[in-house]
Amino acid sequence: MIEVTGLSKRYGTHLAVKDVSFNIEKGEVIGFLGPNGAGKSTIMNILTGYLSLTQGKVAIDGYDITEYPEDAKRRIGYLPEMPPLYIDMKVREYLNFIYDLKKVKFPKKPHIDEIIRLVKIENVQNRLIKNLSKGYRQRVGFAQALIGNPDVLILDEPTVGLDPKQIIEIRNLIARLGKNHTIILSSHILSEIQAVCKRVIIINHGQIIADDTPDNLSNKLSQDHSLVARIVCAEQDMLDALKTVKGVKSVTSLGRKEDNSFDFLIEPEAGADVRSEVFKRVAARGRTLLSLTSNKVSLEQIFLRLTEAADNDEARRLLGVAETPQSEKVNIEITDSDTVAVKTENSNEEEK
Amino acid sequence: MRAVFKREFRSYFSTPIGFIVLAVCYFFLGLYFSMIYSFGSPEVSEVIMAMATVIVFTMPVITMRLMSEDRRQKVDQALLTAPVSLTAIVMGKFFAALALLAVAFAPTVIFEIIVLSYVSVNIMSYIYALLGMLLLGSALISIGMFISSLTESSVVSAILTLVINILVLYMSSFAGMVNATWLANILEKAAFINVFDNFGANVFSVSDVVYFVSISAAFLFLCVRSLDKRRWA
Repeated sequence: MIEVTGLSKRYGTHLAVKDVSFNIEKGEVIGFLGPNGAGKSTIMNILTGYLSLTQGKVAIDGYDITEYPEDAKRRIGYLPEMPPLYIDMKVREYLNFIYDLKKVKFPKKPHIDEIIRLVKIENVQNRLIKNLSKGYRQRVGFAQALIGNPDVLILDEPTVGLDPKQIIEIRNLIARLGKNHTIILSSHILSEIQAVCKRVIIINHGQIIADDTPDNLSNKLSQDHSLVARIVCAEQDMLDALKTVKGVKSVTSLGRKEDNSFDFLIEPEAGADVRSEVFKRVAARGRTLLSLTSNKVSLEQIFLRLTEAADNDEARRLLGVAETPQSEKVNIEITDSDTVAVKTENSNEEEK
Repeated sequence: MRAVFKREFRSYFSTPIGFIVLAVCYFFLGLYFSMIYSFGSPEVSEVIMAMATVIVFTMPVITMRLMSEDRRQKVDQALLTAPVSLTAIVMGKFFAALALLAVAFAPTVIFEIIVLSYVSVNIMSYIYALLGMLLLGSALISIGMFISSLTESSVVSAILTLVINILVLYMSSFAGMVNATWLANILEKAAFINVFDNFGANVFSVSDVVYFVSISAAFLFLCVRSLDKRRWA
């Protein structure tokens, strides 16, 4: 549905997006993750045709955004970071305007009614946008993106500035829309991406440093499958007891985290699942197991680990893909002389 | 284009701008009409000719927000990502401003009817004058739109447009200050006020029409380019 190949964007001498490529299939819900200034919004602005691209190719449903902008744009609904609202218009009047602007073919009134109902702005539809709160403005922006029922929805931080209840509402809406739309979503809120997206693209310094499912990412990054057990017991006694459980490689005490109990870090042998054995052993000793949690890294930790990595190469090494970019580089240098310029400049910038 | 036109034309009246512009124009139209009529001249075209100064001051108000406001409020993200061409967006806005100008001069039709009911005058002189006013207006609007597209501030846009409007309209007054006769000639001939005055002289000249139309086209084109250029910045 969305094909991006070798996309670069240059602002003066600053390369904001460097050689980004990805493919998004119909019906996928993708999360764009990255720190501020990583290039997420720039990529989204290019996908929607708001900004031009310096190099590369972007195709929406097969229509190149630079060659057939109108056909491509017709298939996209875009909610930018700041909802593009005419504050001197009333909500319904504004949506009517967007309907006309997008030259939508559906019957006008039922279509707009349906969208107004979907984003729950019935009670403000005759108010001036000027007088709406941030949350409502965000929803009107959302409604604007939905007009014309485009196949692709591009949402730049759709929940920023909303209260927790509104965030959940918008998130549910995105999940519902995800059933029959292709959605790209950017966010700082990692739990949001985890909740809604099947696939995450992590962007840093204008480059993609990871593109995978949240689960795969955390599996790749967590070197161990260790467990943390919280047990009401005597420390040394339990330590000895746990060490003899079948499949356990080592046990270390993490000390007292809660009154009357101790935490233990249990490292199993490769591939072994020791959870039920640990439970049985604790029970056999007549002790109480308060909790048994996986020490798996959360998306938040992945994000921090990857974006704080000194450079993107190190991030790739963390993911165990260090060799691939090297060989890719050689291929590109042979096939595309333009890309070489970008590549060399990248390395220059990194040297600086 | 029609969507943009409708929205911009309506927005003149959802803010005080449209009403202020119309009030100013109607006030001076009425004033000039009663003055000129009481001096015994039955020509409405003279009323329209006298309005040139008023237009210089009102056009910057009409055009100042047209392009700059979109950019300031980031609404241009909705416009530029919609399946419409930049030209359609610019033309929609241009015609909205031109329509407001036409509404401002609608009362002259009533003036002409009043005059015609008393004396028989050559109706063509009125039509030429009105045509001249709309052409002058479209030239000034397109210049104002281009300037508005260069900035995010409507105040900067209004002031700059006013200065440039005065310059292009009255550049013939600099003709006496330059030594080169060719330059003085250009200033004299190209001054908008002189071209506009030709329309009031009851002589129809295609070259005057072409002059204003090409000025409008040139600045609308520049306006489109300036929108497009921002995408490449």
